[in-house]
Amino acid sequence: MSDRHDPGRPIHTKGADDLAETEGATEAWTELAGGKTPPAAVERPATDLEARLEAELLREGLEVEHLTQWQLIRRKFLQHKLAVVSLIVLVIIILAGVFAGTIAPYGFEEIDLQNRSQAPTLDGFHIMGTDKIGRDYFSRVLFGTRTSLIVASIVAGVSTLIGTVVGGLAGYMGGRTDNWLMRLTDLFLTLPGLAILLILSAFLGQGSPIRVAFILAFLFWTATARIVRGVFLSLREKEFVEAAKAAGASDGRIIFRHILPNAMGPIIVSMTLTVATAILVEAALSFLGFGIQPPNPALGKLIADGQDSMTTQWWLVTMPGLLIVTISLCINFIGDGLRDALDPTQVIS
Amino acid sequence: MTQAALKLSDLTVEFDTVDGVVHAVDGVSYEVYPGEVLAVVGESGSGKSVTYLAVMGLLPKPAGRVTKGEVWFEGENLVGLTDKEMEHIRGNRMAMVFQDPMTSLNPVFTVGYQLAEALQTHNPDMSDEAAKDRAVYLLSAVGVPEPETRFDQYPHEYSGGMRQRAMIAMAMANEPALLIADEPTTALDVTIQAQVIEVMKTAQRETNAATILITHDLGLVAELADRVVVMYGGKVVETGTIDEIFHSPRHPYTLGLMMSLPRLTVNLTRLRPIPGQPPSLINRPPGCAFHPRCGMSAGREICRQEVPTLASTNGGGHHSACHFFTEVARELEMQAADLGIQAEGGVLDDVG
Amino acid sequence: MLIFFGMSLVTDPISQIRLVPDVSQQTIQNIVDRKHLDDPVIVQYGFWLKDVFTNQFGTTMLGDKPIWPDLSRAMWQTAQLVLVAEFIAVAIAIVLGVLAAKKQYSFFDYATTTISFFGFSVPIFWFALILQWLTVSLFLATGFRLAYTFGLSSPDPANWFIDRLQHMILPVTALAYVSIAQYSRYMRSSMLDVLHSDYVRTAKAKGLSDRTVTMKHALRNALIPLVTVVALNVGALLGGVVITETIFAWPGMGKLFITALARAELYTLMAWMLVAGVIIIVFNLLADILYAALDPRIRYE
Ligand SMILES: Nc1ncnc2c1ncn2[C@@H]1O[C@H](COP(=O)(O)OP(=O)(O)OP(=O)(O)O)[C@@H](O)[C@H]1O
Ligand SMILES: [Mg+2]
Repeated sequence: MSDRHDPGRPIHTKGADDLAETEGATEAWTELAGGKTPPAAVERPATDLEARLEAELLREGLEVEHLTQWQLIRRKFLQHKLAVVSLIVLVIIILAGVFAGTIAPYGFEEIDLQNRSQAPTLDGFHIMGTDKIGRDYFSRVLFGTRTSLIVASIVAGVSTLIGTVVGGLAGYMGGRTDNWLMRLTDLFLTLPGLAILLILSAFLGQGSPIRVAFILAFLFWTATARIVRGVFLSLREKEFVEAAKAAGASDGRIIFRHILPNAMGPIIVSMTLTVATAILVEAALSFLGFGIQPPNPALGKLIADGQDSMTTQWWLVTMPGLLIVTISLCINFIGDGLRDALDPTQVIS
Repeated sequence: MTQAALKLSDLTVEFDTVDGVVHAVDGVSYEVYPGEVLAVVGESGSGKSVTYLAVMGLLPKPAGRVTKGEVWFEGENLVGLTDKEMEHIRGNRMAMVFQDPMTSLNPVFTVGYQLAEALQTHNPDMSDEAAKDRAVYLLSAVGVPEPETRFDQYPHEYSGGMRQRAMIAMAMANEPALLIADEPTTALDVTIQAQVIEVMKTAQRETNAATILITHDLGLVAELADRVVVMYGGKVVETGTIDEIFHSPRHPYTLGLMMSLPRLTVNLTRLRPIPGQPPSLINRPPGCAFHPRCGMSAGREICRQEVPTLASTNGGGHHSACHFFTEVARELEMQAADLGIQAEGGVLDDVG
Repeated sequence: MLIFFGMSLVTDPISQIRLVPDVSQQTIQNIVDRKHLDDPVIVQYGFWLKDVFTNQFGTTMLGDKPIWPDLSRAMWQTAQLVLVAEFIAVAIAIVLGVLAAKKQYSFFDYATTTISFFGFSVPIFWFALILQWLTVSLFLATGFRLAYTFGLSSPDPANWFIDRLQHMILPVTALAYVSIAQYSRYMRSSMLDVLHSDYVRTAKAKGLSDRTVTMKHALRNALIPLVTVVALNVGALLGGVVITETIFAWPGMGKLFITALARAELYTLMAWMLVAGVIIIVFNLLADILYAALDPRIRYE
């Protein structure tokens, strides 16, 4: 990582104007790491010899790495115990969601009049109890989870696509395009997101999970865009890209064959984190009554319905909430594990 | 003989890493005397900086630690001193100028403030005015122009060379008995390098401090140093006066270093880097650490099996850690002939 | 950039005007007349803009109630909540972040990391409900009233200050928790960065005590990125306010927003967005000022 600033020139990493200046994949990783915008530091200009040596080593290093890259990533990921456990738990939850129709002991709206407001019990297999009118809560939560997962997947897919296109364009084209796209991105980042989502969802969403998902995606692409831009910006300057260019490769070929594969790591991680955020925000929208509407099952809506009888029937709020927490915690841990595993700059700690 | 300003004895530093224990410094022993400039040379990763981080008690915690040996300074063994006790020594009796002037000053405080802080930390009675006066004097002494104005400026308003001067001023602030300069010039361009070297020379002469000069730059060594310590793979492989090291190296690694020097008299295409990689400090090769890269070790079991110890080559202060140090002289002549240089009267006269 | 901000915040609501006829079933002709809703969008926008400046955001569609008095009162109530919560959050996050960084890989470090991972994963509305539930359970079990779960104040409090405090505890906790999780992560990583920096090593080499090095040389630098993060978070915070105020029935901007949204009160929503935009801009300016105060490198730009 070398900085092309004059030593005397002040550098800071704030605001859209400066985004054009900060560079690189390293930034993408730091951003993903939950964080830190690096405090301005002026790097010492590498001397020619050093630069050459570095390039040499890098090339060798990269070649060695390519052979075993995926094994290496897998090994590093498996070392992250929490991430592995999370992955297992999440897979179970996803399977339960996908096969909700077969697994759920009751239907989503099925009423068991004998067992109303039943606390969790093995009797009639109401393991999460029943609600006021005797619907099996486990089944309701299961179907709600399914909705959450569907929405989150769509959001992640669509917003990653938008983010990659916008970020890729900005990073690859640079200059004016970059400047304007990043201003747009910054604007989205500072907006009162939830308020806008609520308005859009209230007026456009009409309670359908698919629509809500697209509305979320519309606001969620920005984080990915910034990260992808950073990676593109730094890779654009790398030797192998220059070489491809010199060899007369088309822009499309350079992007898809050379840059994109190298940007996959950060993209995957940011997609993972998008899934977690999407689940939380969708739940919040539904909770407030402006997200997914009945008859579509949603975890947020279940919590909203349960809150009035929270003190007497604790399971109504607790159970769907715990599920949201579990899913999102798992995804965050997996994201953490992936980040560690995929980040080539990670120093062994 | 005068009392040594600093005496390292069997100093050993290890780092715990995920990949294993890094033996960064391995049983290093030597002395520095007051008023003397000792150059420590060796390729990247040979343990030069780590040695002196250990001396200063600044090893990154908790990964790095001194596992063995002693550091004698002013009648005290610094190994095992608490942080509190070290605080009185650091920046006061012993000071260090670090490798990178661009990042070594705190960007949010003025240079003057950072200088005055160095003074007042060790002289709690010093008034702000006195500290300022002295700081301005120090800045002018290291050749910072307009020191009064510069006092109130931030590091980003300084050029690289000026920052390095400010760092030197800071290190000299309390007239330390031992000054450690870790590659004080690598980050600077050639003209600035020359100026900084002048500053260092003057400073050293004035305070008569024992000075450690860590560097890759053999030209700088030739210009400033009295004695040289050559490190390889965490060990000292050769020590001697500057004449001994430059004119009659007695270790094949030192020889390689000398031969790798680009010299104006020699066609650059013939420059010979030392072939091979620096040794791994985690899984160290058995025997002599240099043997995989050493032409002289071919077919010699002892190089693969036995770790050579430092031994005097001339009954005096010139030491080498090579089983076959006597052969190095011949090797020198052969290689010099290869390069087409006159071997007599010291091949390496033109260095420095 | 800031002008661009303002522009889009103004233009965003216009697009909403187009949506009204689809949604609002009570499109009574006189509302349409009064608000010129049958005119082209751009004309409506003109009337709206006129209202904003001459008539303090104009009136609501239903009932023709003036918007500004309600909104400004709500802003004040929200400000109390947000400022207190953010102040607490920033203070705690700095302490946690600094300690975690100083003791990297210690038990404490892992504990704070775990806590902040929970912070990222727990939906704020659920956390708020659990807080309510715990408080009520505590009250039912022991008769001790730690906090109120509802509203701004009691009708007839014995001690106004304590009463307000009791009403604030829960919403402030809910708001602060999420921020703490986020800020402390940033603080930890920026502090780690700084602690490994060359200038901190220089400070140590000068013989400064560990305390001086950490609290003076490292902290000041580590705070710089946090300023940006906190400022950029204002928008998200307004979202959090919408949720917490709804749950704790706190009569602030968030509650106002949800009420307006439920009634499709477009003009209130537009006024709200405008105010939110101004708040965000103000905080960004504040951040710029603070940033410059902390970092001399940009002070002279
Ligand atoms: N914090 C650390 N953790 C693990 N290993 C370290 C650490 N710091 C240094 N080392 C290892 O110690 C060895 C010696 O490093 P040192 O910095 O002393 O080299 P050097 O001789 O100063 O090199 P250079 O000329 O590049 O400055 C290196 O192999 C390095 O990898
Ligand atoms: Mg070094």
